[in-house]
Amino acid sequence: MSDETATVEQVALEKDDIGNFKFPERNKFDAGYGLSEKTVDYICDVKKDDDWVRAFRKRALKVFEEKPMPTNWATKDLENIDFDKIRYYLSDGERPKRSWDEVPDDVKKTFDRLGIPEQERAFLAGVEAQYDSEAAYSNVKDALSDEGVIFVTSADGLKDHPEIFRKWFGKVIPTGDNKFSALNSAVFSGGSFIYVPPGVKVKHPLQAYFRINSENFGQFERTLIIVDEGAELTYMEGCTAPKFETATLHSAVVELVAMKDAKIQYITVQNWSSNVFNLVTKRGLAHEGAEIRWIDCNIGSRLTMKYPGVIMKGRKARGEVISIALANDGQHQDTGAKMVHAADETTSNVVSKSISVGTGRSTYRGQVHIPKHLKGCKNNTECDALLINSKSRTDTYPAITVRGNQHATQHEASVSQVSEDQIFYMKQRGLNEGEAMSLSVNGFVNDLVREFPMEYSVELKRLIDLEMEESVG
Amino acid sequence: MSLAAPPNPEVTSITLPPVPNRKEESWRFADLSQLKSLEDLQPASAVELDSAGLSTIGVEEASARFVFANSKLISQTGDALPDGVIVLSLADAREKHKALVDEHFMAQPFELGSAGYAELHREHTSEGVVIYVPSGVVIEKPIEVTHWLGGDKTVIFPHTLVVAEANAQVSVIDQFVSADETSASLSIGVCDLIAKDGANITYANIQRWNSATRGIQIASTSAGKDANVKSFTLNLGGTWIRNEATSHLNGAGGNSDMLSVNVASGSQQFDQRTLQLHHAPNTTSDLLYKNALYDTSKTVFAGLIVVDDGAHGTDAYQTCRNLFLSDDAEANSMPGLEINADQVKCSHGSTSGQIEDDELFYFLARGIKPTTARQLITIGFTAEVVDKIGNAALQDFALARIEEKFANLPV
Repeated sequence: MSDETATVEQVALEKDDIGNFKFPERNKFDAGYGLSEKTVDYICDVKKDDDWVRAFRKRALKVFEEKPMPTNWATKDLENIDFDKIRYYLSDGERPKRSWDEVPDDVKKTFDRLGIPEQERAFLAGVEAQYDSEAAYSNVKDALSDEGVIFVTSADGLKDHPEIFRKWFGKVIPTGDNKFSALNSAVFSGGSFIYVPPGVKVKHPLQAYFRINSENFGQFERTLIIVDEGAELTYMEGCTAPKFETATLHSAVVELVAMKDAKIQYITVQNWSSNVFNLVTKRGLAHEGAEIRWIDCNIGSRLTMKYPGVIMKGRKARGEVISIALANDGQHQDTGAKMVHAADETTSNVVSKSISVGTGRSTYRGQVHIPKHLKGCKNNTECDALLINSKSRTDTYPAITVRGNQHATQHEASVSQVSEDQIFYMKQRGLNEGEAMSLSVNGFVNDLVREFPMEYSVELKRLIDLEMEESVG
Repeated sequence: MSLAAPPNPEVTSITLPPVPNRKEESWRFADLSQLKSLEDLQPASAVELDSAGLSTIGVEEASARFVFANSKLISQTGDALPDGVIVLSLADAREKHKALVDEHFMAQPFELGSAGYAELHREHTSEGVVIYVPSGVVIEKPIEVTHWLGGDKTVIFPHTLVVAEANAQVSVIDQFVSADETSASLSIGVCDLIAKDGANITYANIQRWNSATRGIQIASTSAGKDANVKSFTLNLGGTWIRNEATSHLNGAGGNSDMLSVNVASGSQQFDQRTLQLHHAPNTTSDLLYKNALYDTSKTVFAGLIVVDDGAHGTDAYQTCRNLFLSDDAEANSMPGLEINADQVKCSHGSTSGQIEDDELFYFLARGIKPTTARQLITIGFTAEVVDKIGNAALQDFALARIEEKFANLPV
C-alpha cells in the first residue's frame, strides 16, 4: 500500500472523529419534549416575540396538526418520526456574541475541531455559526455593514429590521406549503437574515455553520435573504452533526428574494449524521432579470427530503439547481428541484447527480411548471444516477407540465454504474479497488463539484473518498 | 363459480367504483370530473345497434375477423388455422376452453390506479376474444377485432387475451369505433398479452371513439425468456381516455416495446400511465409515446421503470415527446425510474416543443403551404412510432387512420 493511501485514510479518520465529537450540553432554556400550544408560548416568551409573531406561530401549529404526512408519495420512513419525543427549543440564553473572544470556550472548541474559523476567518466576509438554536457567534466585517449589508440572526432581523423582514417573511414559502414548513413556522428559531442593498455586489461568500449538539433536538432555523436590485450575494451553508443514539429532526425553511437583476447563489453542503431526518423547504423568488442558483450537496442524514425551488416571477428571470447526492448504507437522499415559470422568457436548468452506495437509496423528484399564455420559457433537466453495489437503489420521479406551444422543455435521466473495465484499467496502474472506485465517482460528479467554491470542493472530494472507502469488498 | 365466470344477463344497471382521489400518485394531474359525471349507466347490450349500418374498415388481409356491436358478436369470419390454435369469442372460450381462460383471465395485478374499474370489467365482460397459439405455430396474417359502441350512458367491457406458447408468433389488432357521432358511452377494456419463451406477439389498439365517449383501457404484457412483445396504442377519438399499460419482463432475454401515438384535438384528454417491470436479469424494454396536441387538448404521461433486486443487466428506456400545435394545449409528463439492481442501463427522456421555424421554412421554400407543411411534419413525428411496430399490415392500417384524423382537423 502506498503512503498516499495511508494519508487518505488518516484524513478520513480525523474527519470521522470530528463527526463524533460532542460537548456536554448546557442549556438555559429548554422547551421540553413534545409540541403543543404551550411549547409555542414558551418559545415566544423566551424569545420575547411580538404579538404578530406569536399569532403567526400558533396559526402555523394548527396547519401543522391538520396536515397529513405526505406518505402518499413520500417514503414511509417519515412515519418513524415521533413528534412527541422531540425537543423543539433549546438555548443557552446568551446574547449573540460580537467578537470571537466572547464566544464560550467549549463552543469555540467545537468550531476548532471542525476546522472553521481560525483558518478561514480572514478569508470569509462574515461568520454566523449556529450552536443549537441560537447564534453563538456573529460577526460581519465592517466593510460589509458600511455598504449597508445586514447579516444577522433571523431573531435580530425580526426585531431590528421589521420593515424589510415582515414584508417578505413567509411570502415565498407560505406556512401551509407543506407539513414541515408549517412545523418550522410554528417553532422556528435561529437561522440568518441577510439584506443586500441595491447595487452592492458582496465579493466574498457569506457563510454560516450549523451544528446540532443536543440529543433529540430538532433544529428549525429560518433563513430569509433579500438581495435588492442589481445586487449580488453568495451564501454558503455547511452542516455537520455529532452522532446520536436516537433520531433527530431538522426542518429548516429558507426563503430567497432576488429583486430586479439581482443574483443569489445559495450553496449547501449537508453532512448531518446518519440518524437525522432532514426535511427542508427552500425556495427563491426571482424578479425580472434576476438569477437564483441553488447549489446543493447532500451526503449525510438518514432521510433528506429537499427540493429547492425557484419561482421565476419576472421576465427573463433564471433559476438553477445543481445537486449532488450521495446515499450510503441506510440513507435515503430524496432530493430534487421545483421550477415554477411565471413570466415570459424565463429559463430554468436542473442538473442532478446521485450516487447510491451499499443499501443507499437516492431519489430525484422534480417539478417543472409552465402555465398558459407565457412565451419563450425554457427548461432543461438532467439527472444522472450512479449505482455502486447490487443492493443500491435509485429512483427518478419528475413531473413536467407545459401549457402552450411557445416553450421548450427537455428532461433526461440516465442510470449507470462504474464499469469493470474502468476499475480494471486503474488497478493495472497500481490503484487499489477502493481508490479506483473513489476516482471514478469523483470523475462522475467532477463537473458539478467545480461549481462549489474551492474550499468546499476540496472538502467534498474528501467526503466522497471517505464514503467510498468501504463500498467495495 | 370460477373467476372467469360469464356475467349475469339480468344486470340492467352498472355502478362504477368510487372515483379515485387526485392525491393518489397514479391519479396525479388526472381530470377526475370525467369520472364523477358518469352515472345512470347501463350495459350496452341493452341497446340494439343496427348492424347493417356499421361499415367496418379493417386491415386488408386477416386470418380472422370478429365484429362486436354493443357487446354482441355480430360477425365472425376467418381462414382455417393450424391445429391447436384457438381463436374464439370470450363467451365461446369460456365454454370450450375453461381451463385456459381460468388460468390466464385477468391474472395480472392492477397497479396503475384502475383496479376498481378492472374488477368491474371482471364482473361484466362478455365480449372480446381469446387467442391461443401453440408452441412453434406462426400465424402470418393479423387477427382483427372490432368493437362498435353506441347509445347514451352505455358501457362495454371489451376483453382481449392473447397467449402465445414457446416460439409461437401472432399479431392482433383491436379497433374501437362509435356507431354514431354523439352518444356519450363508456368503454372499460382489459387486454392481456402473454408471450411464453421465445414467442412473438404484435398488438395494436386503434381507438377512434366519437368525441363524447370515454374509455379506460388496462393492458398488461408478460414476456418470457427471449420473448418479444410489441404493443401499440393509437388514440384518435374519445373525450377522455385513460390508458394503463404494464409490461412484465419475466425471463432473461425478454423484450417489450411499448408504443403509443396520440393525436389530441378539441378538448380531448389522453391520460396514460405505464409500468415497465423488470423481474428477470438481462431483459429489455423500450417505451416511446408521442403526443401531438391541438386546440385545448391535454395529455398526461406517467411512466415508471422498475428494475427489481437481482434483475441485473437490464436495458430499459422510456421516452415521451410532446409536440404542441396550439398555445392552449397542456402536456404533463412524469417519467420515472426505480432501480434496485446492478449493471443496469436505463434512461428516460421527455421533451415538449413545437414545430421550429426553420423546419417550416424548408417546406415553404419548396412551395408547400404552411398548413400542409405543419400536417406533414406532424405525421412524420407520429410515423417514427408507427414504424417501430414492425408489422406492415398493422403499420399501414395505423398510418391510414392517423392521416384520416389529420385530414379532418381544422388547420
